[in-house]
Amino acid sequence: MSDATVTLSLHINGEPWQGAVPANRLLVDFLRYDVGLTGTKEGCSVGVCGACTVRLDGRLVSSCLTLAAMADGAEVTTVEGLAERDDLKPIQRAFIEHGGFQCGICTPGQLLAAQALLETDPHPDEAAIKGWMMSNLCRCTGYYGIVRSIQAAAGDAS
Amino acid sequence: MRGFDFRAPDSLNGVCELLAEYGSDAKLLAGGTGLLNLMKQELVQPAVLVSLQRVPDLDALTVDSEGICAGAFVRHRRMETDPAVQGAVPLLAAAYGHVATVRIRMSATVGGGLAHADPAMDAPAVWKVLGATVHARSASGTRQIAADDFFEDFYTSVLEPEEVLTEVRAPLPPAGAGWSYQKFLPRSADDYAAVSVAALLALDEQGRVEQARVGIGSAAPIPVLAQAVGAALMGQAPTAAAIAAAAELARDAVDPLDDLRGSAAYKRDMAVVFTRRALAEAAARATRP
Repeated sequence: MSDATVTLSLHINGEPWQGAVPANRLLVDFLRYDVGLTGTKEGCSVGVCGACTVRLDGRLVSSCLTLAAMADGAEVTTVEGLAERDDLKPIQRAFIEHGGFQCGICTPGQLLAAQALLETDPHPDEAAIKGWMMSNLCRCTGYYGIVRSIQAAAGDAS
Repeated sequence: MRGFDFRAPDSLNGVCELLAEYGSDAKLLAGGTGLLNLMKQELVQPAVLVSLQRVPDLDALTVDSEGICAGAFVRHRRMETDPAVQGAVPLLAAAYGHVATVRIRMSATVGGGLAHADPAMDAPAVWKVLGATVHARSASGTRQIAADDFFEDFYTSVLEPEEVLTEVRAPLPPAGAGWSYQKFLPRSADDYAAVSVAALLALDEQGRVEQARVGIGSAAPIPVLAQAVGAALMGQAPTAAAIAAAAELARDAVDPLDDLRGSAAYKRDMAVVFTRRALAEAAARATRP
């Protein structure tokens, strides 16, 4: 008997998804190629760079180090799930207005990590922002803009 | 990554039955941050992947007068942020808080981090310092393994292929014990350490060292409990001179490798330096009973 295929039932950005995928399907590939949500990017493939960050029942995870099978029964949030229609989250507006959004590859992961930070700590100081956001690399090295964007979003939320 | 059969039993018995059936053809999956990296590099190629994701009660975390008990599926982030752990065993909370990045800590589990047996991990040396006991289970029964006996070699523990790590327990440190966790990161904040040192130091009523335990990570094929360092301080006032003399013994307690974080000789020197710093901070934090 083989279980090389797994049947999944989960929610992605609030929408139900059911179907079968190969057992070795990574969550990042599942989201991009099976579901068609290409906002999530793959960078380093070893869990370091944060480009592939998504949320799994609220937790931040590297979707390159998570099997799709591990998301069975879970609620997955990708960058496409942040805004409701055209109503951007404060963190998204702040990234646009304060230079956090640069070449764009790391941005989906940065946004999800920053959103999770603000839910945990609505008014993080600069050290807290840097300590949390070191999980997401920006090869444009645009960290000043990213830190400013998070500070601005924290201010907007207050 | 090669293909495999994926199983996610909903009970510990179910896990044990699969492990009994497939033995070393099976691997256990918890948070995945260690194992999936090895599988993507095809260094590990299980025929059957047995996930613990549906097993109930493996994420129990209790702290009471008996000590701390952490279930195998408790994630690092919870060990870092749980107020009871922070209050009773701050050394442990600090070490888990130093692992990789917050995102990895939200996936990586206590049991996975021990069973992975990577000597560069932060928590294993701390569990050794605390005198922890690892609990394992198989279809043929349960087993308790002292943390000091748990690690055998790089990425190798004494767990049998048929066993699943279920929880780890440790007594609470003595009241008033001081602690320190020092992680030397010459490259980046999310890197593995060149050397890391955990220290726990308890004083008697006269202010002399009653217990001193030092664990060193990233410096040998397994996490090291530097018993000679602790023994050298016993019964002494923890003066700077006594600490410096004891810390010198860390040099021969470790067996590091040359890598991008430094030569083996340099890491021996740094084991001494960071042991000294850890003991000094632990002594400063310790209070007499």
